[in-house]
Amino acid sequence: MSSRISPSGKLRVGVLQFPGSNCDADCVDTLKRHFEINAVRVWHQEASLPGLDAIIIPGGFSFGDYLRSGALAAHAPIMRDVKQFASRGGSVLGICNGFQILVESQMLPGALLHNTSLSFVCKTVHLREANGTVLKMPIAHGEGRYWIDERGLAEMEDSGLIAYQYSNPLGSISLDFNPNGSVANIAGVMSHNKKILGMMPHPERATDVVMGGSDDGLTVWRSFLGRI
Amino acid sequence: MSMMMSLKDAAEAARCSAAQPIPSGDSAALAELLKSHKISSDEFQKIKQIKGATPSLTELGVFSAMWSEHCSYKSSRVHLKRFPTTGANVVVGPGENAGVVRLEGSICLAFKMESHNHPSYIEPYQGAATGVGGILRDVFCMGARPFANLNCLRFGEREHPRTPYLVPRVVKGIGDYGNCVGVPTVGGSVSYDKSYNGNCLVNAMTVGLIRDDKIFKGYATGVGNLVVYVGSATGRDGIHGATMASDSFAASTDNSKTTVQVGDPFAEKLLLEATLEVLEKNLVVGIQDMGAAGLTSSAFEMAGRAGNGVYLNLDFVPVRAKQMTAYEIMLSESQERMLMVVEPGKWDSLKEVLEKWRLAHAIIGVVTDSGRMLISSRGILEINLPVAPLTDDAPVYNKPMTSRVERVRASEALESLEANLNSNLDLARKTAVGALKDTGSKQKIYEQFDRHIGARTVMGPDHGGAAVMWIRTEETKNAPYLGVAIAAGCNERRVKNTPLIGAAEAVLSQVRQIFAAGGKPLAVTDCLNFGSADDPDVMREFSDSVDGISRACEELGIPVVSGNVSLYNSTDGVSIYPTPMIGVVGRVDDIRRVTPARLIDAKDLSLYIMSSSVGTVSKPSFVASLAAKFNNIPATEGLLDEISWGQELGAGRCLEELRGADLLKAARDVHVGGAGITVLKMTADLLGEKPSLDLRFSGSLEFFGEGGPRYILALDKSQAKMAEVIVTRHSMKLSLAAQLTFDQSNEVKTYFGTIPATEFSRAFKSSQPIGNY
Repeated sequence: MSSRISPSGKLRVGVLQFPGSNCDADCVDTLKRHFEINAVRVWHQEASLPGLDAIIIPGGFSFGDYLRSGALAAHAPIMRDVKQFASRGGSVLGICNGFQILVESQMLPGALLHNTSLSFVCKTVHLREANGTVLKMPIAHGEGRYWIDERGLAEMEDSGLIAYQYSNPLGSISLDFNPNGSVANIAGVMSHNKKILGMMPHPERATDVVMGGSDDGLTVWRSFLGRI
Repeated sequence: MSMMMSLKDAAEAARCSAAQPIPSGDSAALAELLKSHKISSDEFQKIKQIKGATPSLTELGVFSAMWSEHCSYKSSRVHLKRFPTTGANVVVGPGENAGVVRLEGSICLAFKMESHNHPSYIEPYQGAATGVGGILRDVFCMGARPFANLNCLRFGEREHPRTPYLVPRVVKGIGDYGNCVGVPTVGGSVSYDKSYNGNCLVNAMTVGLIRDDKIFKGYATGVGNLVVYVGSATGRDGIHGATMASDSFAASTDNSKTTVQVGDPFAEKLLLEATLEVLEKNLVVGIQDMGAAGLTSSAFEMAGRAGNGVYLNLDFVPVRAKQMTAYEIMLSESQERMLMVVEPGKWDSLKEVLEKWRLAHAIIGVVTDSGRMLISSRGILEINLPVAPLTDDAPVYNKPMTSRVERVRASEALESLEANLNSNLDLARKTAVGALKDTGSKQKIYEQFDRHIGARTVMGPDHGGAAVMWIRTEETKNAPYLGVAIAAGCNERRVKNTPLIGAAEAVLSQVRQIFAAGGKPLAVTDCLNFGSADDPDVMREFSDSVDGISRACEELGIPVVSGNVSLYNSTDGVSIYPTPMIGVVGRVDDIRRVTPARLIDAKDLSLYIMSSSVGTVSKPSFVASLAAKFNNIPATEGLLDEISWGQELGAGRCLEELRGADLLKAARDVHVGGAGITVLKMTADLLGEKPSLDLRFSGSLEFFGEGGPRYILALDKSQAKMAEVIVTRHSMKLSLAAQLTFDQSNEVKTYFGTIPATEFSRAFKSSQPIGNY
């Protein structure tokens, strides 16, 4: 665990805000309540980022997503600086629509397609981390079916870039516990330097046991903030 | 750059040439015109009186919309006056966009339920979606941030050809809209009955959070202030939607699609954020959603409330179709639009916010002191009417209704059904399976709704009872685990049977759910869905329902603070069952101590029934709900006295004490299908897997009877004695309802035989005729 997770709130985290972002407040709230971090919101039309240690791209419907989810947001003015930030080794976490935007911006490999059910799906799922830990948190998306070609998949497996896979409560991975048809039950992936994380599940909604019986989302936040 | 406007423009407009009056010489043509606007000849006389001349076509359209049942409540208003609407917690009562009650300190809840039935039957996806949009705007245009949506749906029988068409589209419409705007959908109710074959019901409820010093109302105050149009451009969609919603259907009603509005949830999200920012920064003096009857009603209502006049120039209204007439612009119900009133000095700041959110906007008018509505288009004065009479002198009808005794028709022998269910064990088994299929799982529906966004959802629809939301605000830091419980629904078969009782029970049932979850009820919103107001039987049902609701609200001390009426839900002369949908919000002191309405883990638990110590298992109810046969017992006010009101509140206190002693593992009120069905629904997720159930209900009345107050409680076996002491102290009794065992046999023992558990769990799961979109 990095010593930079600072109770005094010294870590500078920015939460991007597109006009249709709707999980930004939940991310800000999580950072504040559980990590004493006062995150700053960064409007999509800004030309450059303020000084930051990490960027969160929250869930939502960035520009209505009537086109492919995240396709328009990937071309918002702020994204140029976000890419530069990432290319300098900056930490970026994309959740749900944020993951879609990372993929559309080609900051992460693969694509996110319509769920095989063709329906929006909201439920609580289990995720297996690369280290075998099983986490419980909600998903809520219509286009969350992760796709990548076989070579890309093999490369990700070899490099250990698959961050989370949908599993049963005991961590076993099978089609029965795949809520959207993702290749290899993939729920979240990382960049080669492991600084960029994209995931469909919502760690900001599993922060207190009183909500849905799980605070496993904090594990995700802790490890992301720890990698900064 | 927008045109500025001033009182000078209004004065000039007054000198424009007036629009042609409608031709009144040809009486047949006039009658046809009035009929198509649903204006009676008496109403037309009144219109001429108000205008002082024959009105123009646009003016006639305005009267038609403003005096439609949907906007004017002309047939229901005389009854609605009987609702109790005041109380210590009430901050804003009925008549505004939404009702507001105090939750804690300065933090209040703004909430309302509204119907979108007619559009949803014609075009289910857009109809349902825009229903959600409309109720969201009602709440956020007061300055409240919505944090919970619920919906109450009624469809025709599962076998009806239109049902599998409507259900998935309505569900997707609700989901796509709420999910995109970012408000979780956390509860509601759904049922299927042949009375809705020709008219489905889509009722949407929104609850928002607001500080008491930030509540905004729709007033067009300040002479010389600017009237600003904000949001999506106006198109031809939804023209005369309010009039359509005030009419019955005929089987041939299939070309009404142009009267259905089209929704854009992304535009709504922008409008939501912009509106809240504008109100937070105090940039406007008035704001009103362009809902039913669009620009017409928002302009007249805002001017009317302030006692002012308004001048509008329609040439500045953003439009999305070519050659739109004044008539079309005034009556369009295009979605995601707001009317704002701003002081000229604050216009630049307002514009800045609107541009940040990329919302179309235009100054289209000015507030005047004339008390008149002047509306010009292309140099013609299309509308010149006094404001006040349109709202104040709207017609009010006390429509004829049958007497209660007249309403009593074919009488079913209740005792014979009770006896049949005792002697014919196969019938009992089929009835139980049928009841589970009828009222079972809603999983396929609610899984399409984002239920967790906002990170407040403590209990959602998967918990089987009232929704519970966690309220965290700066102002309520001293109550860090404060919450809100919300429940909405109605047992329409019970209402059909005896409206007076059924409507009272609709209130009780939501209150019981809130008690079971761990809340204290605060206030009520309603959505009164009924058949044709021209049917005296329907008006009797309506009047009795209002009386039933009023009595329940008085007895329980919870006022009605907002609501909506939807009449004319009838097709080819067949009216729907009377469906007074009730939404109740309650306060939860500590969300860490709430109780689910289903068993999550059955280990060491047994199920007990907590009931009134006087027998209250009411017979008509189970017949009505299970067999859909009505005995129409003559209702007198005295019937309401038979409800044990004191026991209802006592049960709530008893549950609170059981919870305080940490005894409650799950709690559910006995509802449709009776105690037996309630037990099976509570355990449905576990059945088919492990435990066997031994139900201790000795006969049909105990198993299927629906009366209350009765609750099924899951208690640790070793703590049952402790619980009994508390229950007895509250003058209730506790007895074993079901024993759970883990013996691999996977059976359910009932008075009508030992049944494989899978038979019940399969019926429960098969409840949803959701199909594919």
